[in-house]
Amino acid sequence: MSKRRFGLALSLVLAAGTVLGACGSDKDNSKDSGKGSTSDGGKASEFSVAMVTDVGGIDDKSFNQSAWKGIQEFGEENSLKKGNGGFDYLQSQSDADYTTNLNALARRDFNLVFGVGFLMEDAIDSIASQQKDTEFAIIDGEVDQPNVASILFKEQEGAYLAGVAAALMTKSDKIGFVGGMEIPVIERFEVGFLEGVKAVKPDLKVDVQYTGAFDKAELGKAAANRMYSEGVDIIFHAAGGTGNGVFSEAKERKSADKDAYVWVIGVDSDQYDEGQVGDDNVTLTSMLKRVDNAVNDVAKLAKEGKFPGGETKVYGLHDDGVALADSRGAIPEDVLSEIDKYAKDIADGKVEVPGEKK
Amino acid sequence: MSNRIINVLVPVISIILGLLVGAVVMLVSGYDPIAGYAALWNGIFGDTYAIGETIRQISPYILAGLAVAFAFRTGLFNIGVEGQLIVGWFAAAYVGMAFELPKFIHLPLALLAAAAAGAIWGLIPGLLKATLKVHEVIVTIMMNYIALHIVNALIKSISHGGFKLDKIQETASLRSDFLSELTDFSTLHYGIFVALFMVFIMWFLLDRMKLGYELKSVGFNENAAEYAGMNVKKNIVMAMVISGAFAGLGGAMEALGTFGNISARAGFTGIGFDGIAVALLGANTPLGVIFGASLFGSLKYGANNMPNAADIPIEIVSIVIALIIFFVASGYIIRVGLLRLSKKKEAK
Repeated sequence: MSKRRFGLALSLVLAAGTVLGACGSDKDNSKDSGKGSTSDGGKASEFSVAMVTDVGGIDDKSFNQSAWKGIQEFGEENSLKKGNGGFDYLQSQSDADYTTNLNALARRDFNLVFGVGFLMEDAIDSIASQQKDTEFAIIDGEVDQPNVASILFKEQEGAYLAGVAAALMTKSDKIGFVGGMEIPVIERFEVGFLEGVKAVKPDLKVDVQYTGAFDKAELGKAAANRMYSEGVDIIFHAAGGTGNGVFSEAKERKSADKDAYVWVIGVDSDQYDEGQVGDDNVTLTSMLKRVDNAVNDVAKLAKEGKFPGGETKVYGLHDDGVALADSRGAIPEDVLSEIDKYAKDIADGKVEVPGEKK
Repeated sequence: MSNRIINVLVPVISIILGLLVGAVVMLVSGYDPIAGYAALWNGIFGDTYAIGETIRQISPYILAGLAVAFAFRTGLFNIGVEGQLIVGWFAAAYVGMAFELPKFIHLPLALLAAAAAGAIWGLIPGLLKATLKVHEVIVTIMMNYIALHIVNALIKSISHGGFKLDKIQETASLRSDFLSELTDFSTLHYGIFVALFMVFIMWFLLDRMKLGYELKSVGFNENAAEYAGMNVKKNIVMAMVISGAFAGLGGAMEALGTFGNISARAGFTGIGFDGIAVALLGANTPLGVIFGASLFGSLKYGANNMPNAADIPIEIVSIVIALIIFFVASGYIIRVGLLRLSKKKEAK
């Protein structure tokens, strides 16, 4: 009997772990306009748009959040309300939810449904062939269907600038990179970042570590702890929620010692708020991946009847798909103008940043 | 109160209690519990599509539950179902993708590969337990991580640096146009029949075969079983192998049915761990596992509809669902309470 009770207790713990694991970051970001206006707000005749998040959720302070911001902006510009006929999102709890969430939104007659993240490729592929009247768009992935638009970014270009900024700002000549899963998208970040560092300081070696996850802040914290302890002073993370751990490690060091020279370069969204610790801030800058711009852009095209179905749109530095965020004084003016020179070279096509590992 | 009434009352009371406490949570956080539960209900039974998806979600839970329950009956605690499921998933996806065979060979072969992979993953802790007395809980937990990362590495090398394998051939698929048209294009597949067949197999093994009798005896009392002349070591290994095979088949459900391939994962699927709860809810009996898996699968799938239709944030939904499961799992407390109550009456 005792073994069984032990088993029961253990299973409850494990089950709770898997259930609760999904809601890792539950800080209330009351930015989403949803709370007040519930469903059934807008008219069905309006152009409506929705998105399915991956397991990160719309308050992941990075990728999904940025996409949701784009959808909200589109909603505001067209005076749509959250809910049916307006704009909405569904969060996935596991990869089994992608298809069903996409389908649920298509069934609620949204005109355009975004799938956020490369992991949703297969799901979009199969749902798009069933729901032919709905337009779909996938971010960071490519799906070849007449009613699917594929949206890609030249992350390497933004990461290149982050690398330039890091190389110009480092005092210890040690720079770190914390990645999520080792997948093509994240490798573009890494490759671009390394190229950028190399362009300024060819001999500087970047400490690269992949954590294997996008939603495990504790792994990010451990990686950052190791790097800072070994003298790294600037870490660029491309790890979604895992990167929040990089921030918390940097903030702990900053609050313990106000003069500590530790910086984080944020990713996807402007992560300035994430780096605030007392009156100081550990965010050097953020490499913006303007998913919001791209989402808004594709939604506008679709509304005008110019939906780029079956096409792949690539957003780079040239068309505001990627950029560096306002550093709010963390980077001095003269360094900024130097970074601008590099940016201009890329935008003009003088410098081609590779997107794949050699 | 007779035993039978108590047996019916316990789950009913616990589900009602769970729903009530869940309702309080929703009320306190400012959401409408009636709308919430209506959305949950519709998410599970609302239309043929929902029913199809619910059944699809139940299939791997049945197999994961069987795997845990089977080991339990032999006195073993298999926490490695998660890992066994992942290797099974990979094996089925690989065999389904890499070979070109007629359907009547290909599909069974893919299922067998999944079962075999799971069985091997169960064999290792089984052997260690039988020969060196290494506790299976520790070994199986560690085997989960080994499975996760080995499979990720294999995916990467087979797909030449990619993060997923190609889709399986049509001939290995459990999907059918018939089922998906019947349920309005849900991802329902024939896996549920495989799962139910395995329920039968487990019952047959345990209650109708000498092997099952021996396994159960070892579970009841190892020493007595040995004294009676049974080979305890062999039975421990056997139990883990069969348990692993069930779990591997659970992975095949995902590979050949739901997803049609395997992608690199950042973390566990959770199905294997939920399988522990499924087995315990079902009192480790084959039929009970069907009940436990149905509860888990339908709550898990139906819960997705709560943010969709009732605008309740997913975090609250997770709490509500966890509460319902919590109360069902604590049925033991309610049973004890009911028994005390009836004993008092008898005493008077």
